[in-house]
Amino acid sequence: MKKIGIVRFLGTNCDRDVWQAVEMVGVRPEWLWYEDQFNPADYQAIVVPGGFSYGDYLRCGALAAKAPVMRSVSEAAGQGKPVLGICNGFQVLCETQLLPGALVRNERRKFIDKWVELESENQGKWGGSGSIRLPIAHGEGRFYAEDEELKRLWDQKQVWLTYRQNPNGALDDIAGVSNRDGNVCGLMPHPERAMTDWMGGADGRSIFESVIHG
Amino acid sequence: MKIGVKILPKNEVLDTQGRAVEATLRSHKREVNQCRVGKYVQLDIGETDEAKALAKAKEIAEFVLYNPLIETFELEVVVPGTVRK
Repeated sequence: MKKIGIVRFLGTNCDRDVWQAVEMVGVRPEWLWYEDQFNPADYQAIVVPGGFSYGDYLRCGALAAKAPVMRSVSEAAGQGKPVLGICNGFQVLCETQLLPGALVRNERRKFIDKWVELESENQGKWGGSGSIRLPIAHGEGRFYAEDEELKRLWDQKQVWLTYRQNPNGALDDIAGVSNRDGNVCGLMPHPERAMTDWMGGADGRSIFESVIHG
Repeated sequence: MKIGVKILPKNEVLDTQGRAVEATLRSHKREVNQCRVGKYVQLDIGETDEAKALAKAKEIAEFVLYNPLIETFELEVVVPGTVRK
């Protein structure tokens, strides 16, 4: 049976929640330590979880993007493997340039922790359709890209999720994007925190399930 | 040789810290046209030749210190005890 690889940096703290989420949808998870490269062929998909890799030093995700493991993640992405970046993971993927744009400080400068409603604009390999509810918890989640790039993202169907009520000033209310091929996706909200009703909602399941059946 | 790398956010749209400082200054009657808040990184580079040191610092800046999508950077040669105009 194939496995899903979960990347861990020093400072990653949503790794165990992602591990449980992957197990909940019936797939075997495996850790990918930041100092080691891996063989993409061994994994069905890769997840870069949230947290505060490298303490958010210099820029969120900037130092993590240079870690050895990301060379393998880039290789996997280049081969068309599904790669998901959640929150800090999204920031790492942008800094690695596997995803377009950058995440900057929230407009009102506050760390925001709440459930938000999202619209699926386009579906990449990580699925999600219609409206879903997921929790966010971030201080630097404001998506930024230059005007021309933004237009390209919409035209090329790379805008994955948007906020119904923009919590952080993200341009075009963007909460998640994908790469051109749709296999690399990043989102600021936390699907691993929305797997069961007792968590507050189970809309996160479809995101993890899509990569198994898709 | 010590090289200073000054990193600033690209423009007002991105700089929420700068705007927060502007607002504080405004409320204390110390208005400025603009305030941008960035970061300063000092690199102690093992080079005695200024041009080489600057070149290394530039490469380092481009490698990881700044994100060209959202920031700009300037380099300076740090000479202790002096003010560079």
